[in-house]
Amino acid sequence: MDVRSQISMVFHLDKCIGCHTCSIACKNIWSDRKGAEYMWWNNVETKPGTGYPGKWEDQLIYKGGWEKQGDDIGLKGAGKRKGLTNIFHNPNLPVIDDYYEPFTYKYLDLIESPAGDDQPTARPVSLITGEPMDIKMGPSWDDDLSGSPDYARNDPNLASLSPEEQAAMFQLERMAFFYLPRICNHCLNPACVASCPSGAIYKRGEDGVVLINQDVCRGWRMCVTACPYKKTYYNWQTGKSEKCILCYPRIEAGYAPACMHSCVGRIRYLGVVLYDADKLHDVACAEEDQLVDSQLDMLLDPTDPEVIAAAKANGMADSTIKAAQGSPVYRFVKEFGMALPLHPEFRTLPMLFYVPPLLPVMASLGKKQNEDQELNTIAKRWDDQWLYDTSTEDLWGTIDESRFPLEYLASLFSAGDTEKVKIRVKKLMAVRIYRRHKTVGDISKERAEEALAEVGLTAPLADDIYYLTSLAKFDDRFVIPPAHREEAIEMLENTGDRKGNLGFGFKEGTARRGL
Amino acid sequence: MTYLDTLLFVALPYVAIVVFLVGTIGRYTTAGFSITSLSAQFLEGRSGFWGTVPFHIGILILFLGHLFIFLFPDLALLWNSNPVRLIIHEGIAFTFGLVVLVAIVGLLIRRWTHPRLRMVTSPMDIAIELMLLFQVVLGCWVALGYRWGSSWFAADLSPYLWSILSLSPETDAIAAMPWVIKLHVVGAFIIVLIFPFTRLVHFLVAPLHYLWRPYQVVMWYWDRKKIRRADTAWQSTRPHNN
Ligand code: SF4
Ligand code: SF4
Repeated sequence: MDVRSQISMVFHLDKCIGCHTCSIACKNIWSDRKGAEYMWWNNVETKPGTGYPGKWEDQLIYKGGWEKQGDDIGLKGAGKRKGLTNIFHNPNLPVIDDYYEPFTYKYLDLIESPAGDDQPTARPVSLITGEPMDIKMGPSWDDDLSGSPDYARNDPNLASLSPEEQAAMFQLERMAFFYLPRICNHCLNPACVASCPSGAIYKRGEDGVVLINQDVCRGWRMCVTACPYKKTYYNWQTGKSEKCILCYPRIEAGYAPACMHSCVGRIRYLGVVLYDADKLHDVACAEEDQLVDSQLDMLLDPTDPEVIAAAKANGMADSTIKAAQGSPVYRFVKEFGMALPLHPEFRTLPMLFYVPPLLPVMASLGKKQNEDQELNTIAKRWDDQWLYDTSTEDLWGTIDESRFPLEYLASLFSAGDTEKVKIRVKKLMAVRIYRRHKTVGDISKERAEEALAEVGLTAPLADDIYYLTSLAKFDDRFVIPPAHREEAIEMLENTGDRKGNLGFGFKEGTARRGL
Repeated sequence: MTYLDTLLFVALPYVAIVVFLVGTIGRYTTAGFSITSLSAQFLEGRSGFWGTVPFHIGILILFLGHLFIFLFPDLALLWNSNPVRLIIHEGIAFTFGLVVLVAIVGLLIRRWTHPRLRMVTSPMDIAIELMLLFQVVLGCWVALGYRWGSSWFAADLSPYLWSILSLSPETDAIAAMPWVIKLHVVGAFIIVLIFPFTRLVHFLVAPLHYLWRPYQVVMWYWDRKKIRRADTAWQSTRPHNN
């Protein structure tokens, strides 16, 4: 057993309100620079939708991630042979128009225009060329446009749905969508690292953060192709690639990353998980239907004495082990069994987990059949004719006939296995039923306990889930292991010290100095 | 030997080599951040394929060909001793010269006409591209006009270059060359001279070590096994990579 620690995250999608505060916090700190304007290390996209860059999930276009090659795996669009032969011109590289051309407005014209009959206007100009331009695309251009033909219908995940299911889904298009905030997953089997010909990208052993050494990157652009989540970006000004650094200078100082700290919906949790690095290769090569299970199996119980002993033998600090024991991520992913990785079939073993959204799934939408039909009194009404039914009369009815095909969520979170999504959504529902029994009281104890039992939860566990979902304070949501000061000094060397700097770690030898 | 010859074929080479060595090593060690391919593909898209790929492949073959004759002049002379083989040799060199010529012109036009690319083009980029263009034109000229040019290179220029490297410059042979070849040699030294200050430096960091490296790179800031032992905490151990 080779126990290592990884800073891992959970995003609770039911709580995301799509406010983009996280994106702005990140941009203000890290990517508000020339060449990086188009980069959103954190972005929030509306699902169903094409996302950013457009259709990033479609690996037939972008050739990202790993694919099974015999018993082993290989990079789909990069790697030693493909990477070096395509080094002069990478046929699988997204170009800036796949993201959007960054722009600003000529605000000065508003002030400096001579007096005239017309209002002066601030025309949009390209941030690349400085020329006036027509804006065709922008950050979260597809926000809330779930029903639109340009975005929702081009979502690559819809391929797994039958035409009828698609049609049914789009009938509800105006109400059925959810937000998917995305950052770099700091994967255990990062495709970006494996694809870098220069060896500039590396995973930090101590906490698993994946960084690009800006001094070693030579702009071969293979990581942009290889990352299936399109979370490495090419800076066209500096000729180097950049990516989310998980705010490691903040983490080392004990602060939550900026996106998480600022999250309005408090959907984000961060903590340490311990994993068995010996299993890495086997897990990454697992059969597609085993991928999620084996990835979750790789995460170790931080209270298990054997695991603790192995962790200590590996040089892990006690404080890190302690942080792992209090990790909200471990609770959500393993104890509660409520979170899933995004697109596990890309085989990078992402370490950002999502609690799938219940709300777009839960309710059903029915039309009054005839005048005499009684609409359920505890259900919300759309209007007099339509029923937006969130009733709990029939326990799982709304999930089993959900308006949002579970196949869609399964294509996002479980490589197509609807059962995995269903059990998690049912758990969300069960906790709601249980809380309703507790607070409103119109559901009997028996029914509430029946609901919990059916999904393998107990009342104390449901209380914990409720607490961590709804009441958790800052220190419950972010359990950050102390970066030991002597290490922190080394790690912080060369970090940008002011806004606009390149705030990156440099893969240089750590010259020893006394404290 | 005129003063001009001494200037161009003794002074210039030494200045070029010294500047090259000091410049590249200095830039690599103190300004590693500035060493990159500066690829513009991201701003341009798929069409660049037709300029970039022929240019790179062509110029690599030409460079390796020159390097080979420089290193093994006898082998080159042996090959060239048969006129048919000589023509084949010169033909190949000329073909790739033409490929590079067309590609460079294409790349120059692209840089000039593409508004986004103009924004990421520095005067030095244009300067080095024009220098390369100049060299390729002269090279093609030599291949076409002096079909035994490659034998000259092997018989006369390679010894001249070796004489420079062994610090006992012999310029008689080169002084007797046609001016086209002289210009080609001077151009080469000028490129060596300005090399450290151009984007060409990415040639020196070609990532061949990728072939031997394991795919995943994990960096430890401390030796994890030693950090917890009091007696080793402050010893100087290099962090390891696995
Ligand atoms: S999400 Fe992409 S950039 Fe981040 S570690 Fe994984 S492969 Fe690398
Ligand atoms: S700040 Fe939080 S709630 Fe707002 S969009 Fe980002 S993840 Fe969602």
